[in-house]
Amino acid sequence: MLMRCGPGCHCPSPSPSNLIPKRVTSKESCQATDGKHRQSQKMIHSLFLINCSGDIFLEKHWKSVVSQSVCDYFFEAQEKAIDVENVPPVISTPHHYLISIYRDKIFFVSVIQTEVPPLFVIEFLHRVADTFQDYFGECSETAIKDNVVIVYELLEEMLDNGFPLATESNILKELIKPPTILRSVVNSITGSSNVGDTLPTGQLSNIPWRRAGVKYTNNEAYFDVIEEIDAIIDKSGSTVFAEIQGVIDSCIKLSGMPDLSLSFMNPRLLDDVSFHPCIRFKRWESERVLSFIPPDGNFRLISYRVSSQNLVAIPVYVKHMISFKENSSSGRFDVTIGPKQNMGKTVEGVVMTVHMPKAVLNMNLTATQGSYTFDPVTKVLTWDVGKITPQKLPNLKGIVNLQSGAPKPEENPSLNIQFKIQQLAISGLKVNRLDMYGEKYKPFKGVKYITKAGKFQM
Amino acid sequence: MSGNGHSYGEQAGEAAPELAQEAAPTTAPSVPAAFGLFSSDTKKNEDLKQMLESSKDSAKLDAMKRIVGMIAKGKNASELFPAVVKNVASKNIEIKKLVYVYLMRYAEEQQDLALLSISTFQRALKDPNQLIRASALRVLSSIRVPIIVPIMMLAIKEASSDLSPYVRKNAAHAIQKLYSLDPEQKEMLIEVIEKLLKDRSTLVAGSVVMAFEEVCPDRIDLIHKNYRKLCNLLVDVEEWGQVVIIHMLTRYARTQFVSPWKTDDDVVEEYNENNFYESDGEQKEKDRNVKKTYTMDPDHRLLLRNTKPLLQSRNAAVVMAVAQLYWHLAPKSEAGIVSKSLVRLLRSNREVQYIVLQNIATMSIQRKGMFEPYLKSFYVRSTDPTMIKTLKLEILTNLANEANISTLLREFQTYVKSQDKQFAAATIQAIGRCATNITEVTDTCLNGLVCLLSNRDETVVAESVVVIKKLLQTQPAHHGEIIKHMAKLLDNITVPVARASILWLIGEYCERVPKIAPDVLRKTAKSFTNEDDLVKLQILNLGAKLYLTNSKQTKLLTQYVLNLGKYDQSYDIRDRTRFIRQLIVPNEKSGALSKYAKKIFLAQKPAPLLESPFKDRDHFQLGTLSHTLNSRATGYLELSDWPDVAPDPAVRNVEVAESAKEWTAILGKTKKEKPTEKFYSESEEEEDESASTGATESESGSESEKEDKEEGSSDESSGSSSSSEESSDSESDSKESTAKKTSGAVKESNAEESKKKAKGISKNRNTSSSSDTESSSSEGSSSDSKSVSDSRSDSDSGKSGSATSSKKEEKTAQDRKTPSKQDVFLLDLDDFYPVTTPVAVPTAAVLSPSLTADLEGLSLSGSSVIDVTTQVFVPTKTHEMLHRMTGKGLSAHYHFSRQPDMFGDHMVPVQVTVTNTTDQKIENIHIGEKKLPLGMRIHEFNPIECLEPGGSVTVSMGIDFCDSTQTASFQLCTKDDHFNVNIQPPVGELLLPVTMSEKDFKKEQGMLTGMNETSATIAVAPQNSTSLVIIEKVVKAANLGVVPSGQDNIHRFAAKTVHSGSLMLVTVELKESSTAQLIINTEKTVIGSVLLRELKPVLSQG
Repeated sequence: MLMRCGPGCHCPSPSPSNLIPKRVTSKESCQATDGKHRQSQKMIHSLFLINCSGDIFLEKHWKSVVSQSVCDYFFEAQEKAIDVENVPPVISTPHHYLISIYRDKIFFVSVIQTEVPPLFVIEFLHRVADTFQDYFGECSETAIKDNVVIVYELLEEMLDNGFPLATESNILKELIKPPTILRSVVNSITGSSNVGDTLPTGQLSNIPWRRAGVKYTNNEAYFDVIEEIDAIIDKSGSTVFAEIQGVIDSCIKLSGMPDLSLSFMNPRLLDDVSFHPCIRFKRWESERVLSFIPPDGNFRLISYRVSSQNLVAIPVYVKHMISFKENSSSGRFDVTIGPKQNMGKTVEGVVMTVHMPKAVLNMNLTATQGSYTFDPVTKVLTWDVGKITPQKLPNLKGIVNLQSGAPKPEENPSLNIQFKIQQLAISGLKVNRLDMYGEKYKPFKGVKYITKAGKFQM
Repeated sequence: MSGNGHSYGEQAGEAAPELAQEAAPTTAPSVPAAFGLFSSDTKKNEDLKQMLESSKDSAKLDAMKRIVGMIAKGKNASELFPAVVKNVASKNIEIKKLVYVYLMRYAEEQQDLALLSISTFQRALKDPNQLIRASALRVLSSIRVPIIVPIMMLAIKEASSDLSPYVRKNAAHAIQKLYSLDPEQKEMLIEVIEKLLKDRSTLVAGSVVMAFEEVCPDRIDLIHKNYRKLCNLLVDVEEWGQVVIIHMLTRYARTQFVSPWKTDDDVVEEYNENNFYESDGEQKEKDRNVKKTYTMDPDHRLLLRNTKPLLQSRNAAVVMAVAQLYWHLAPKSEAGIVSKSLVRLLRSNREVQYIVLQNIATMSIQRKGMFEPYLKSFYVRSTDPTMIKTLKLEILTNLANEANISTLLREFQTYVKSQDKQFAAATIQAIGRCATNITEVTDTCLNGLVCLLSNRDETVVAESVVVIKKLLQTQPAHHGEIIKHMAKLLDNITVPVARASILWLIGEYCERVPKIAPDVLRKTAKSFTNEDDLVKLQILNLGAKLYLTNSKQTKLLTQYVLNLGKYDQSYDIRDRTRFIRQLIVPNEKSGALSKYAKKIFLAQKPAPLLESPFKDRDHFQLGTLSHTLNSRATGYLELSDWPDVAPDPAVRNVEVAESAKEWTAILGKTKKEKPTEKFYSESEEEEDESASTGATESESGSESEKEDKEEGSSDESSGSSSSSEESSDSESDSKESTAKKTSGAVKESNAEESKKKAKGISKNRNTSSSSDTESSSSEGSSSDSKSVSDSRSDSDSGKSGSATSSKKEEKTAQDRKTPSKQDVFLLDLDDFYPVTTPVAVPTAAVLSPSLTADLEGLSLSGSSVIDVTTQVFVPTKTHEMLHRMTGKGLSAHYHFSRQPDMFGDHMVPVQVTVTNTTDQKIENIHIGEKKLPLGMRIHEFNPIECLEPGGSVTVSMGIDFCDSTQTASFQLCTKDDHFNVNIQPPVGELLLPVTMSEKDFKKEQGMLTGMNETSATIAVAPQNSTSLVIIEKVVKAANLGVVPSGQDNIHRFAAKTVHSGSLMLVTVELKESSTAQLIINTEKTVIGSVLLRELKPVLSQG
């Protein structure tokens, strides 16, 4: 649970003495303006970043200042929710609406005053978090605090008067250069800045995602076809629900303005596709070819779903025997994982997590392969299996110690499994060819396939 | 990039000193005063101030960074204002930007000092660099200082006509800022918005619509002219703008178009009516003609079509926006396409899932079918957060029906076992709802719930009890056993709600469990003092009910309980006790009420309705904040209901109106001339000439006269028109006959000059149709070339002719009130359908206008405008409907006349020739009982009163085949007999030819690919390889319009289906070695493939 001082006395407020009256006045003034006119209309009014212990460590206002006390409503809702995951994304307060997201242990709480599509705000907040991730390598409290100036500059560029202005990372990187150790050294010596002084040409063109004048000595284009299997498998081992969700992540380092077209051997497999804005929709509709001028650097080209009508090959199977004896303080645990329909590829990176029932005190297990940990607080058993070799199937078995006196858990816990298969797209999707137009050089091209477990549950 | 930084560094270094000098004078006077004000500065701030005053940029930058850090933490840095504001003119971009950040935060608090910075921005507004201009405008408008409102206004006005779209975009943003600062400026700002709305840059579109939504969302009239442009730009606008535009257009469309939903119901209704009252079918038939059948406004369709690709957006907000647009605007049959994309969003973050699931929950209540195929996508995972789980559960419950309930219940069983007890409880509620909604499974569910009563977990048991209680209440007939079972449970259950529910049940049905009930009362009386208030109340209730039904056994017990209640701590219970005692225990004081005690306590209680909590959310627009909160958010804009009658769609015609400005003078008098004169001046003049002089050899002109005549006569008696039809079946025949008639018609028309005036309407039509003769014939049909060349040669005498004509127009002006409408609707297809020739003679050149090709150049919208034309070729083939043997001497044949139908938009015209082969009169031939597949309609021909022996009569009727090749069966009745007959249309007759340009064709074809495309390679007989033959053959086989083609080896044909108006595009591409590729693109894939099959042999055979 969160440790937080009560409303009206949280720590980093500018002047704790006058906080309470201030809160009142802020509300009053809102009332006044509401009555007078639909005045301070705008999409996103303010943004607060709150860490897990309930400290507001950054605030940004795009218009008149909204007191931090508005977050009290958020804290209230947070306390009501049992865990962070259950904090409602939209909270209504008397004069504002709070729309929040939870990313990397940070709550991004935005203050809204009027009707706005909530997804609009949510999507934007995620975009902000993505940008932080992109700039600082991680979206953590320390990273944000360390780079507070850049964060501020970014927020300033991303939102004008509460309306998103520049959200493409390529444009932002032209406006504000991401921090690197080298650059900060150089900057401190030469006094130059992180802020670009040129106009981000992308913003003015029809292809806002690409910056101008890109130059590489090695021209490369890599595509990672990553597929995830979402599945629910019942006790008897039959599939209740299985679906393949795929993405193609690209890393494109090509000079100039290349115009690429990527075609598949079997494009009809793709059931539902969402595109990066760079993709020409019409071409896809008519020829099932992805034709685009790519952004520079890393980006997600498409994400797709393979129709659930197709049978999904489940690459692993699990034999499990978890039983608790009636009126005894112990139970047995025996799990074996084996490969199945893996098309000759090895299943690796296998990790199994089990949320054990609350009554479980401890577990005494032996693994034939890999290592396991059991966290007695969260009751999560994690077994890092590694690679599966068909000759010797990994097995984990032993004794479960239960709280004495507690009733036997009535349900066996569900097993969540992660795995990875290199060089295989489980749907069978294959990239046929990549052509480049518009530039003269010959790029180096590469395609990589990975299959992963998505939300894989037994 | 780093090189850039270097060079900049040097530059900045040089610039710095002079900068400081430059900045100093402007701010100097204020500095001392400021120091005086903030004498209590902390030491730290003093230090910052010094850094800001320093001449080194790096020191300034450091100071600014620290200040921004303070702002970010919410610390007060306002006292540094004077020191910071000096640096606003800094040449170092980073310092400058940080100063901007500071200014935006504190300018409101320190208005006087903030004014010092204004001049810098004003200067920057004139900078040659658009980035600097834009950012100056941004900051200037973000400083919320009321004094500068006029400056801002001026700046916005200037920026709105800036050459750079980026600056204009910022101007649009500034509008909102200024408006919130000073709402008085509204009118002026609306002017700017109006101007910016006309902007064609995709950069500006989103921002200006945003401004529109905030400043003047009710000025829907500003959108009209920009509607089509916005629709077409939409795909290229950035994502955030798309969301705003789509939401705005949803609102707009709801005020401008008629509902596409009503008609669905109407059709069914009409159909039913028809079944019931066949006898007075004729009356109904007329009614139906009066009722306008629904055709979607092309602009409405445009919006739907252009938003559809956005479902593929990576941005969840865009997808949701399109989804809600389809939900609120699309015909119910089309809204289904959004479900797939919405389901895709469920892979996204928790927050996105939450919102999307909420919206799906609302949708799934109203239209189950939309999400049924995706049932499994809503299966709950143990790792989902509870709020997501409950929403999924909600949707699953909404989707439950007889077919899937068994799978669902199995799934629910696993949920009940979930460790998340809150969720397990919600599942039990859901099972209860399924049980009430689907009667087939009520018993199964009830049994399942009873099993749960033995569950170890208390919350599960408690919830089950509560739900069972509700279920039993709905059908209390035979559940004594369950109640007994629950009575036993009472010892173990501790959850108050559950105990209370059991007690209530026992009390309510105490007569069904006469032995147990008193015992339960005894037990609970014992534990009364330790019970929860909720339970105590129910014990009192139980006692009272038992007292009334079984007072012998329970009198004392009840008294005891009442006594306990009398001294309870809770006033509520004391109140209740007092009330019950007065009511049930007879004493002197108790009045009239106690007589009714039994009725009061044992009244039949209505069963509770188990309803979805999302039931009432649908009155909020989906995807909005209000919908999520289920309460009206500030600034929520209500979605209006569909108008009953669509407002004039002509308001959206932009380009034509603009380009026709020069004609407005004429417009006043003779509206109809606008389109014609503009685009077809040549033929127009020619027509005028022929009309005014009345004696001309021009074929096309006189032909239209002839139609006038026909129109007139057919109105008087349908018989006369049909009598003139016997002539021609073959196409060449018709040509001849037309020629013959022409001469006659000219004479007649002279004689009937006065009559014609009265028929102004029809003449107007002919004006345009004759103009079309020119365009369409030049486009492809060789048969008409003669008339073209004629008219060309005549057109020299243009000017004088038109002068005479306009005089004449004046005369007839008053007759034209109705037709004037027709001319305005340049792009409205509907008005061109009823070309007024009810005649059956397959005239060769009845062509309605195709302004499209010419309009295209002007139309920025790029929406392809497609007009229906009539066909030049008419199939000669007649089909037998009734053989004379079976018809007892009456025989009937039919053929498809390919006339644009007068019966209504969706009717395929059919001509029926009835022949009497007997030697007696046949009287009263009419259509009797009809057996039509669902949705199909027939417009009957007028009954033939009498048919002489050996005579034959041709009549025309209309059939709406609903775009299917299903047979229309009906009875052909005579006075004393009736025969069952069928009409089955070849697929080629379910089409209406359209004219379009090659470019439009390609564009439309581009949109109809993938699933919508069918193709085949065929062998072409050598004699068929010339283009003339191909066109002739294809057009003969199917009612297609010829599209002019730039390439010799490609032939294109276009049509739309009669009923639904879906485009049908046929391409024949000749390849080497006498093969050809036949491609058909259409949304109606079934018809498309049938057509493909039928066209194949046409070209391959000789």
